[in-house]
Amino acid sequence: MTALLATLSAPGDPLAARIGISVLQVACVLVGGPLLLGLMAKIRARAEGRTGPPVTQGLFDLRKLVGKEAVRAEHTSAVTALAPLVLVASAAVAVALSPLLTTRPVLETSADVFVVVYLLLMGSVALALGGLDAGTAFGGLGSSRAMTIGAISEPALLVGILALAVQAKTSNLPGIVTATLAHPGWLASPQRILALVALVVVVIAETGRIPVDNPSTHLELTMVHEAMVLEDAGPDLALVSAGEAMRLGLLLALVANLFFPWGVDTSASGLGIVVALGALGAKTAAIAALIALVEVSTAKLRLFRVPELLAGGFVLAVVAVTTGLVTR
Amino acid sequence: MRSGTALDLVQLASGVVLAGAVLALWRRDLRALTSVLVLQGAALATLAAVLAVEGGDVALGVVAGVVLLAKAIVIPSLLARVVRRDPGSRETAPLVNVPASLVGAAGLVVLSYLVAGRLTALFPDPLTRLAPLGLATVLIGFFVLTTRRKAVSQIVGLLLVDNGVALTAFLLTAGVPLLVELGASLDVLLVVVVLQVLATTMRARLGHVDLDQLRELHD
Repeated sequence: MTALLATLSAPGDPLAARIGISVLQVACVLVGGPLLLGLMAKIRARAEGRTGPPVTQGLFDLRKLVGKEAVRAEHTSAVTALAPLVLVASAAVAVALSPLLTTRPVLETSADVFVVVYLLLMGSVALALGGLDAGTAFGGLGSSRAMTIGAISEPALLVGILALAVQAKTSNLPGIVTATLAHPGWLASPQRILALVALVVVVIAETGRIPVDNPSTHLELTMVHEAMVLEDAGPDLALVSAGEAMRLGLLLALVANLFFPWGVDTSASGLGIVVALGALGAKTAAIAALIALVEVSTAKLRLFRVPELLAGGFVLAVVAVTTGLVTR
Repeated sequence: MRSGTALDLVQLASGVVLAGAVLALWRRDLRALTSVLVLQGAALATLAAVLAVEGGDVALGVVAGVVLLAKAIVIPSLLARVVRRDPGSRETAPLVNVPASLVGAAGLVVLSYLVAGRLTALFPDPLTRLAPLGLATVLIGFFVLTTRRKAVSQIVGLLLVDNGVALTAFLLTAGVPLLVELGASLDVLLVVVVLQVLATTMRARLGHVDLDQLRELHD
């Protein structure tokens, strides 16, 4: 126990402060994820000449869903009950470990690329199992499609971040952010530009945005994510929506901080955290706005062309790693 | 390499050339291929210009100008003319489908890193260490040449090989002699002109530019 506490508390700042910052990160992403989704919906609506729902609509929806009666389909097993919980829990742990506001979150030595990516993968698998559990045609269809896309996008995510790890000589996420802050010249290096393109493709696929999936339709020919959660209602649906919004928030925040680590707090001071919060909000909002504009201007890809897009992202990630190895 | 900025520029240019090769494999739209060539040509010219300024080499500066003119302006615009006469043309059915060829390209990149690593270990230097990027561009160019069916895609494959060779030459020998570069550029230019004539004749006689269908002789 004392050994555990010793690893938890680094020399310098007290354990309670670091846990507090990690909890604050989770709270920010929990609120910020739906807000980012709302911002993207708003920008799309404006670009199409509509007024659109308010940016806070996602939060209102969550509150409404939480207050509803829990209804589950007949013959469902414990998987249906557990899947939303696992999704939210894995996303929350990944958020708590990641360097979003500070470079020194709790358990920073465990915040490895592989840990965070596999926590995200755990959430996707839980969601896919939940989709299969009710035994409906749509759930299976959605799960199968989501796994097909995930099978290519997860390795691309991993390899894309590895390109940065090669440059920083550590696969520890806070370590990568710290090293990038110390070397501003790295921002324009070729492997970072290639990895950024690869990761943007992956983030679009992982969060089910337009060229890959259309979150606003229920058309059986194309839907991926919506098909998996058709059977969920009430608090279950609230958990799934919150979990998905957190994943989006985490992925956008990771891209923002790994590639443009401006404003991330390194000293664990109160003012630093406030600045980091503002910077993170601005950076993720900018990336979300860019993705929304891409969504407006492109058509959804045919399902069979999606692997082509993702394979391209994967190759760019591999090229980024190789470039990183030769320019070391 | 002496100054940090120059090295950064050279690394960026080499990365852009390889990324262009991957893009050429990725996109089916033939018009996109010509813009990839413009990008690669500009990157190569930048690289040569940086090396010329760094080394104070006038002849290399002239080579940079020739590269810019030939690879970034003349050849892509000739190709763009061929593409424009055949609007809406795409690489519809390559011999190896796009996802598989992209994974193949990833393999080729790793292979060239492993092979060229031995070579660059002989003379470790920030410039020679970038040589695997040139080799990978050559290999991806050959891959495009062997698996794509449209005449335009095949000439793009040839030009990728040529750009890869030029990149490797710039990185390993800090510039090829002016005469050699002029000869190579003229050669490639000639090939593109011949292709243009061939494509025009093919379209006039057969109504398509699919090289794969040219299997038998007619009178």
